[in-house]
Amino acid sequence: MVHGILLSSGGEIDVMVHGLFQYSFFGHPVWITTTHVCLLIVMLVLIGFSIAAGQAMKKGAEIPGGFQNVIELIVEKLDGMVVGSMGKNAPAFSNYIGTIFIFILISNISGLFGLRPPTADYGVTFPLGVMTFILIHFNQFKYQKPKAIWTDMCSPLPPWLPIWFPINVISEIAVPVSLSLRLFANVLSGTIMMALIYGLLGWVATVWPAALHVYFDLFSGAIQTYVFCMLTMTYINNAIGNEN
Amino acid sequence: MEFNENFILGCSAIGAGLAVIAGIGPGVGQGIAAGHAAGAVGRNPGAKSDITSTMLLGQAVAETTGLYGLLVAILLLFVKPLLP
Repeated sequence: MVHGILLSSGGEIDVMVHGLFQYSFFGHPVWITTTHVCLLIVMLVLIGFSIAAGQAMKKGAEIPGGFQNVIELIVEKLDGMVVGSMGKNAPAFSNYIGTIFIFILISNISGLFGLRPPTADYGVTFPLGVMTFILIHFNQFKYQKPKAIWTDMCSPLPPWLPIWFPINVISEIAVPVSLSLRLFANVLSGTIMMALIYGLLGWVATVWPAALHVYFDLFSGAIQTYVFCMLTMTYINNAIGNEN
Repeated sequence: MEFNENFILGCSAIGAGLAVIAGIGPGVGQGIAAGHAAGAVGRNPGAKSDITSTMLLGQAVAETTGLYGLLVAILLLFVKPLLP
């Protein structure tokens, strides 16, 4: 389609993922897209920060100053968040939750730095949802007895009458889909709004879109990161149960 | 029966507009949640941070249905699944 989505006065409206390089994977054409490149940039930034943090903590002082202070603050806040919602199960999961929190947060706010946010691609958020799904069910089978799981899956009816079993299976499968779609649609809607404002308004959009960036990139991105981690922790906590 | 490509695109645009009406529901729901949170802070100002984080979590979950409507609209506009 040549005439764009609207009669635009400004430049190109570009919100889609682009393929950069095609190769053949067992005879199946596979693309390296802009998402891979943005993801690689985010990962390199995080790896660089982690190495710097490790070096700083290796020669850490008794009274922290400067960079060490910042690192300790980040770790303390993340651990506090995990302990606050998981209680005694927190030590086993604070590493994982902290990692995905920092990764999703940096991915969401990378729109500020001119990248297309990697989380605005369903191929990035769906694996995150699948990881949550696997963690939920791994911990369920680790901490609960099979009989309790079966009773739970037939839940409103007694365990010898599994009529509700298929419906409960569907609701279990809906968990990773809704988790990943929520993150994806939020970040994608922010990206599309900013692209429409810059693309349609042209030179009118000079300084004031900064306020919109604060909402769509910083606020929305941080809230969705928090929600994703919070829901992951709640689901895992429910799967572990109260027995242990 | 054969349809013109422009006819299909126009119908897709109408469908996208109808799909984002789904945004009404989350708007009402989030407003109710924010109103109750404001009342709770008024009764117990000491628990403000807990109330705020709980409210934001609930609002973000309630937003999901609206986002599904948005997603349908985006699919209709940009992916154009109805075109042959």
